[in-house]
Amino acid sequence: MATELTPKTPAASSLPGGTRSAWGGPAPTEGPLRPVDRILPVLAVLAGITVVWYLAAIWLNAPQVIERVFADRPDWTWRELLASTWSMDRPVLPAPHQIALDMFHSVFDWPPDSPRSLVYHAAVTSGATLLGFALGSLLGAVLAVAIVLLPTLERALFPWIIASQTVPVLAIAPIVIVILGSFNLTGLVPKALISMYLCFFPVVVAMVKGLRSPGVFERELMHTYAASKNQTFWKLRMPASLPFLFPSLRVAIAAGLVGAIVGELPTGAQAGLGARLLTGSYYGNTVQIWSALAMAALLGLALTACVSLVERALVPGGRQ
Amino acid sequence: MTSGPGAAEIAPPPIPQNTAVVEVRDLSVIYPAKDQSVVALDRVSLTIREGEFISLIGPSGCGKTTLLRVIADLEQASSGSVLVNGMSSHDARLARAYGYVFQAPALFPWRTVLQNVMLPLEIHGRSAAEGRVIAHDHLARVGLTGFEGKYPWQLSGGMQQRVSIARALGFEPKLLMMDEPFGALDEITRDRLNEQLLRLWEREKRTVVFVTHSIPEAAFLSSRIVVMSARPGRIVEVIESDLPPDRTLEIRETPEFIAIAHRLRVALASGHGH
Repeated sequence: MATELTPKTPAASSLPGGTRSAWGGPAPTEGPLRPVDRILPVLAVLAGITVVWYLAAIWLNAPQVIERVFADRPDWTWRELLASTWSMDRPVLPAPHQIALDMFHSVFDWPPDSPRSLVYHAAVTSGATLLGFALGSLLGAVLAVAIVLLPTLERALFPWIIASQTVPVLAIAPIVIVILGSFNLTGLVPKALISMYLCFFPVVVAMVKGLRSPGVFERELMHTYAASKNQTFWKLRMPASLPFLFPSLRVAIAAGLVGAIVGELPTGAQAGLGARLLTGSYYGNTVQIWSALAMAALLGLALTACVSLVERALVPGGRQ
Repeated sequence: MTSGPGAAEIAPPPIPQNTAVVEVRDLSVIYPAKDQSVVALDRVSLTIREGEFISLIGPSGCGKTTLLRVIADLEQASSGSVLVNGMSSHDARLARAYGYVFQAPALFPWRTVLQNVMLPLEIHGRSAAEGRVIAHDHLARVGLTGFEGKYPWQLSGGMQQRVSIARALGFEPKLLMMDEPFGALDEITRDRLNEQLLRLWEREKRTVVFVTHSIPEAAFLSSRIVVMSARPGRIVEVIESDLPPDRTLEIRETPEFIAIAHRLRVALASGHGH
């Protein structure tokens, strides 16, 4: 700035429009996609995966079927082999319809508060995820604001923030649970803390970037209004950060779900999708593992969709 | 003044003719550098009176934008003094003495057009209801009635810049400063906005300081044109214009206009000789 005669922001900002930030509305050249155009590619991939899955189920399960089921029946046919590989009790790889059926039964055959209901386990995990997400986002936002307001904090904190994410969460989780357990804190709180640990990082990084996104003109505009630091923060920096914040929140809530599930593993937990995964693998119940896994994926999709809904309400024009 | 809502209470009190709004005395701005300091402005003096439309014109690097920015307290003088309404530029900024229009509209994309115009009023502590009335009124004055609920990206570049002018005028500053506001627009849009700006100035009798590098723009808009030269930034000549205030774009074909444009061109060329 000091050596420039006529300080200007980068060339792009002097273009008509001037909305070069992440706020900019939909790209002008591409209209909104029709729902069909949006869903068709997804369905095509789904169909491909399903075919590969069924073939893989034959390939992986066939040796077991031949060895155990057909051991005393050397006259088996290919047709029988196919049917058997897709309907085993404990297959190496269950077929998609087996997983779907197991999910259907564990969702609809039991009341939602029964430990045999997948809904119950999903709810337990969501609770920990949501609490961890709320705490993590809050921590991330507070750290970001502190870093932006006090630039020396950036040099002090950022190395630690990055280092924190290089420690495997699998190593941290048992430690957190043991330590909190010694304070008689079990169940929700330790899981939420592990979830928070994974949530806060993307939020800090994105929010620091977002809070710093306003250009020279916007900041000088506030200066000409003699706006206070507070007003500049709430009327310029904060709203300018939202388009950066929301993508990071989507990442954070998905990471938080992973954290909550990991937090359920070392306790040998009684409840939650992580516990369901653990008991499934303990008893070799592969179908149960896969249906818990599918439930976790659906839950992740639902949670990120919720974040997107909030984004749509708060960010006019949406993301590009 | 127009007879818009609130016109009676926002009319400025009568001010004696020829009051100095901006008083620049021996202003120098030097940017220190390792090898050789850059002299952006070299002992510039200029008095801008109430109701004038002043254009600062000159080649790139002549310090015209720097001069405007020092008056607006966006940049600091190395020596000399600047008074705005008899106050230091810092105090004048805190007293909200001026509106500033940048090269880009700098509208906030999360705010509607109306909310953008209300922004300075919010910051100055006016109530939302009052701000809304004022913003509607000023959007009407720049011909944007009906676009209040749109977002900036839904508007053309020229309309965006009109919103930013309405925003700068919303809190009724006596002084309007504009830094190449139409530089990024096409010539047809620029011509139309020039005419609208002139009507606005004629109607509201505000003092305008306008930075441009376009000779026709300066000649068309100004009551006085300050020609500057580069390295170091100096004032070469000040040219008075006596074109009628109700002029339209057709005046550009008249001998009077062509004479002013010619004097500008000569002054700019002589400035290059330094």
